[in-house]
Amino acid sequence: MLISNTQEIPGKKIVEFYGVVSGSTVRAKHIGRDIAAGFKNLVGGELRGYTELLSEARGEAMRRMSHQAEEMGANAIVNVRFATSSVAQGAAELFAYGTAVTVE
Amino acid sequence: MELFANVIAIAITPAMLLGAWASGHFLERRHLDALLLLESGSTDVLALTIEDLPDGWVVESCDLVIGNVVISQDYFKRFAASIKSIFGGRIGVFEPLLERARREALVRLKSEARDRGHDTVINVRIETSPLASSRRDGKGTAGVEIMAFGTAVTLRDGRP
Repeated sequence: MLISNTQEIPGKKIVEFYGVVSGSTVRAKHIGRDIAAGFKNLVGGELRGYTELLSEARGEAMRRMSHQAEEMGANAIVNVRFATSSVAQGAAELFAYGTAVTVE
Repeated sequence: MELFANVIAIAITPAMLLGAWASGHFLERRHLDALLLLESGSTDVLALTIEDLPDGWVVESCDLVIGNVVISQDYFKRFAASIKSIFGGRIGVFEPLLERARREALVRLKSEARDRGHDTVINVRIETSPLASSRRDGKGTAGVEIMAFGTAVTLRDGRP
């Protein structure tokens, strides 16, 4: 599966469009990470636990998006966008969406 | 005994502020030094915000790459910003934090592109999203996520 955030896959021609595909996941941090991040929040700097959590979650959202595109019979996703929204206390939704296409 | 407890209670906030200031300052210095080193080591990957490639650049393969970082402000600077925001205007203490985070995210984007064997990233976008506070009163952990993403490409004849 070719994934790109450009209008088309560079160097390839799109032959068929399938429409929007998306994948999302809602994640909350567990208490251990939260306590560690609470201490880190005092001195500032990177909250490494959260960085990892979000990138794992984004990977999951992208996997779901790819799976959906595969089921449609596409071999690429173009113009991928990401959105992050805080849906509840301490939880975030990671959302990825794009257009499923077939490239030659 | 009660007096002693009161003194401790009054002294604990300034002590925390001082501690946060000192460690925050130290960590910021260290991060800036690390960034200079990382950035000088990632000049081989070119990140561009343009989407269309110039004529003559032939793409062989591409991949979506992401670099993200969650960063938080130290207690002293949050306190300073809350006082500053009474009067409004420029909140200087937040600017270096966000700048640092963006640079870090870009470095990570480039290193992911390098790991996948690409040397150019096109259509780079940088997004900033605040993470929800973990406590209802807004006093819990609050961070900001900076995420840079783009399409890493390998050019057939290399970059001109």
